[in-house]
Amino acid sequence: MTTPDQSLLSSQPSQPVTIANSFKMTLPVLFGYVPMGMAFGLLLADQGYAWYWATIMGVVIFAGAAQFMAIGLLAASAGMFEVAMTTLLLNSRHVFYGLSLIHHLKATGWRKLYIIFGLTDETYSLLTAHHALKHQSHTEKTPLENQEEGKFQFIIAALNQSYWVLGCTIGALLGGAITFDTTGLDFTLPALFMVLVIEQYKATRKLFPFVIALICAIASLTLFDSDSMLLISITMTLALLLGKQQLDIRGLNSRRSAK
Amino acid sequence: MDNIFYLISFILTMSLATFVTRAAPFILFHKQGEHPLLVFLGRYLPPAIMLLLLIYCVKDINWFVDKGGVNELIALSVVTAAHLMLRNPLISILCGTGLYMFLQQSA
Repeated sequence: MTTPDQSLLSSQPSQPVTIANSFKMTLPVLFGYVPMGMAFGLLLADQGYAWYWATIMGVVIFAGAAQFMAIGLLAASAGMFEVAMTTLLLNSRHVFYGLSLIHHLKATGWRKLYIIFGLTDETYSLLTAHHALKHQSHTEKTPLENQEEGKFQFIIAALNQSYWVLGCTIGALLGGAITFDTTGLDFTLPALFMVLVIEQYKATRKLFPFVIALICAIASLTLFDSDSMLLISITMTLALLLGKQQLDIRGLNSRRSAK
Repeated sequence: MDNIFYLISFILTMSLATFVTRAAPFILFHKQGEHPLLVFLGRYLPPAIMLLLLIYCVKDINWFVDKGGVNELIALSVVTAAHLMLRNPLISILCGTGLYMFLQQSA
């Protein structure tokens, strides 16, 4: 038996948060982001852009799907309104990440601003998994603990972005010169999500979020274009979760009034 | 030079639009305090989204063509089994990925 404290997803409460002990948690993202970033850098350099543009885009945009789409938009010399609209639509799933993190982000000031800026699928996943494990025993936290957690969240976001920027840069610099066969290395990301599904179940002990998600995923894949699956299925999931919460409240009220 | 100006405005526009999608809920709902709806979503949206992200990763597999999806299924089963036994995420993920790379590259 291992306790959650020995898990990669939660640092020891007594230990101070350092880059070294947060690094371990971000390793799967490292292996996923570097090859994905390299693919982006390679494609951008192929379009004739100097390597540093890939680095700059990794630093200031930091969104995988949007950056891949940028290559096509740049080739088509898209107008700024079109660029803004497509990006907003493509990344609109991020809105839902913030919704469930409002009470969990413990960082303040510029650190908080940076974490929000760096809220990718993977960073969101690591932050929520860590939070779920740390808060199984709903205890009150001291300001000091909150400060440590904020620092930890900031480090996770920053490490993840550094992998992405590294990948973009290497890809643009080396182009096709890479000989190491990385086929399949990006499987770390589905593997990470698999582990996080298990961890989320262990933390919540509830099946309904997964049942709802599964139904919505199947519905959106059957009814709509598979490229828009994430946005559509997350929206449907949100609607069903809100519905369930309302029903729960009504059930509670009617039981109360029956007494 | 026109080209550089276009590229810079392109990158800034995309950067700003991406940031807006991430910051919107914090701006819109920061005053909602401990609203029960947000507390509920904070607890149950992450598990649902985690499963959706997992499905998203494997959605493009063509399950009905010869060996379609078999390697992914084997590797994900290894990840699950390793994780249920050892509960060490790093070991689970590295075992699954190593096996998947081997299966894909030796095909």
